[in-house]
Amino acid sequence: MPSLWISNARVIDPASKRDAVGDLFIKDGIIVASLTAANKKKAKKIDAKGLVACPGLVDIHVHFREPGQGHKETIETGSRAAAAGGFTSVVCMPNTAPVADTAGTIQQIKDSILRTACIKVYPTGCITVGMKGQALAPIGSLKRAGVIAITDDGDCVQSNELMRRACEYAKMFDLTIMDHCQDHSMTVGAVMNEGAVSTRLGLKGWPHAAEDIIVARNVILSTYTGAHIHMQHISSKNSVDILRRAKTRGVNVTAEATPHHIALTDESLGTYDTNFKMNPPLRTEQDRLAIIEGLRDGTLDIIATDHAPHTDYEKDKEFDYAPNGILGLETALAVSLDILVRQNKFKLPYVVDLLTRRPSKIVKLDAGTLADGSPADVCLFDPDEKWVYDAKASFSKSSNSPWHGQTLRGRVKNTIVDGRVIFSGGKFVN
Amino acid sequence: MPWTRRHLLTLEELSLHEIDQIHATATAFKKILGRSVKKVPALRGKTIVNLFLEPSTRTRMAFDMAAKRLSADVISMDGSSSSTTKGETLRDTAQNIEALQADMIVIRHAAAGSPLYLSKILGIPVINAGDGAHEHPTQGLLDTFTMREQLGSLKGRKVVILGDILFSRVARSNIHALTKMGANVTIVGPSTLVPAWFKPLGVTVSHDLRSALADAEVVMLLRIQHERQTSGMFPSIGEYTSLFGLNKTRAGWLNPKAIIMHPGPINRGVEIDSELADGERSVILQQVTNGIAVRMAVLYLCSGGQPEQVIPQE
Repeated sequence: MPSLWISNARVIDPASKRDAVGDLFIKDGIIVASLTAANKKKAKKIDAKGLVACPGLVDIHVHFREPGQGHKETIETGSRAAAAGGFTSVVCMPNTAPVADTAGTIQQIKDSILRTACIKVYPTGCITVGMKGQALAPIGSLKRAGVIAITDDGDCVQSNELMRRACEYAKMFDLTIMDHCQDHSMTVGAVMNEGAVSTRLGLKGWPHAAEDIIVARNVILSTYTGAHIHMQHISSKNSVDILRRAKTRGVNVTAEATPHHIALTDESLGTYDTNFKMNPPLRTEQDRLAIIEGLRDGTLDIIATDHAPHTDYEKDKEFDYAPNGILGLETALAVSLDILVRQNKFKLPYVVDLLTRRPSKIVKLDAGTLADGSPADVCLFDPDEKWVYDAKASFSKSSNSPWHGQTLRGRVKNTIVDGRVIFSGGKFVN
Repeated sequence: MPWTRRHLLTLEELSLHEIDQIHATATAFKKILGRSVKKVPALRGKTIVNLFLEPSTRTRMAFDMAAKRLSADVISMDGSSSSTTKGETLRDTAQNIEALQADMIVIRHAAAGSPLYLSKILGIPVINAGDGAHEHPTQGLLDTFTMREQLGSLKGRKVVILGDILFSRVARSNIHALTKMGANVTIVGPSTLVPAWFKPLGVTVSHDLRSALADAEVVMLLRIQHERQTSGMFPSIGEYTSLFGLNKTRAGWLNPKAIIMHPGPINRGVEIDSELADGERSVILQQVTNGIAVRMAVLYLCSGGQPEQVIPQE
């Protein structure tokens, strides 16, 4: 493998507090401080003038649909969409068919990752058997099989007793519990945020209180058991407030926000477009702003996409009957730059941190930094380039995105995994 | 201004002028209903498909009747006989209906927004005959037509809608039409069924029946469905009736000339006393008759007809 010499880039690495225009050297798949003169001569050189070089992005919340739902996405297509979006490490959710609640299924997923993934893909396992919320899954075996966290994402463990035991048990293995926070009894048949818009549209509302209650429950259980609970896709202002107070007290909880919850509100649903239907739903402007402030003050730790592919024919339905979820991997960086950096004056290195070092830390990945000796996973992007996102031409197998056809600003130019350029100039490199 | 709309999807999107045009056209068609030969050739040679994927008696019969009065050929399909029970998507069902050369489709569907969805897929006019809890535009049009017939202009008039507002498409369509016509609309009922979320639509939200009914010139009752009780929206039908049922005493709080309306089907003794439903202030059956004239107007206009061309010759 040739060495790589990335020159003239604005190198941003929050983990090593680096933010300066300069060179980045890679040898044998590892970030190095410098190359010898001889190695420099042989190195493949990338002139990155005007570009940002940052750690490969890390997304700890994606749905790659393997096994069993290969018509929506596969590990191969999902990992390509990720690479095209600048991501080099992602964490897959276990709500597949069958759900990933046994060591055998985890092994099957790992085999597929080994054979087909172009980036680093990590599996998670279920908290409960069959994701049914009734009995603990074999968490110890799942851990041994290689899961990096457990979650019933897409669903939420309703029994407080079972969740408490899951916390205690997972803590023994130092496993993070990720929770999709939703009280089911309050959201039967719900398809969008409950409020003035759902009332006008005649759609069944999903009150934010149903999220807040589980967020509060998880804060209480984390306090009680000491387990680390990571709250997925926070969508409500009240939930942000609850988490802020918990963090002030030092409770062992973390939380994520999605690009769509910081960019869009329920006002987008006026035409019943199912590409705006996801769970938790888009909420009000007040919630959107609170999530941005939560990211700003660290109450919300990271950005995660909840990349959730569905085919055209599954999404092309009456709003009530369409499945929840949208794509996110190819648009996450541009949307984050737009909403956080340009509209809300976040510093660029801070946004990079939200997408790299911090998510790695939550699930303890060896990723998210350009420090010497680290795996050479790098994202090179132009923070200002405008481009039109054509979801139909997505590297994902599906095209269910609310950003289809829109002009976005900020474009990934190169994605490097373990020192190999795998994506460059909009194309995959063999 | 000529009529240009091909679909009727909501009353939210109609202008006051368009509502006036539909009402004027309905007035002309209503005259035909009183003749011995109740038929005009306006839509001769056209085929209208009534695709009713949710149960309906009144609306479906009125659309059927209206199309026949206009000399259109009508085919009615309900959910149990359509291919949707075999798993066919709404898109495929509708595209097949279009391929069968239908000229217009009237749809009743449990999912809000489905008429809009169809209108984007199909090249033929789509008429919303009720979509979930969203809208029921022809009901709103016939209700306001009936109010105008009884009271004249609705500007500044107090109209009260009483009952299960949250799940009611009839309430939403009436709210949109009435606010455009300048009526003062109050919605009233238990707080679980009449949430404050309705305020941005320009209505007064009330949970106090007495002050809501005071001096109202129209009270429109909505059916209370038994399943709301089991889902915990209120304790019991009995408690609902004792707090919000319209009886003779409470009707006394209304303006003396007030009319009583109900889109049907009625639960006698639940939301309204039987006596009042059949009383002289009730216009419930006039609503049903007007439903034909209004639907004739809608079918006619959305097929490309113009309001001033109706003029029925004896």
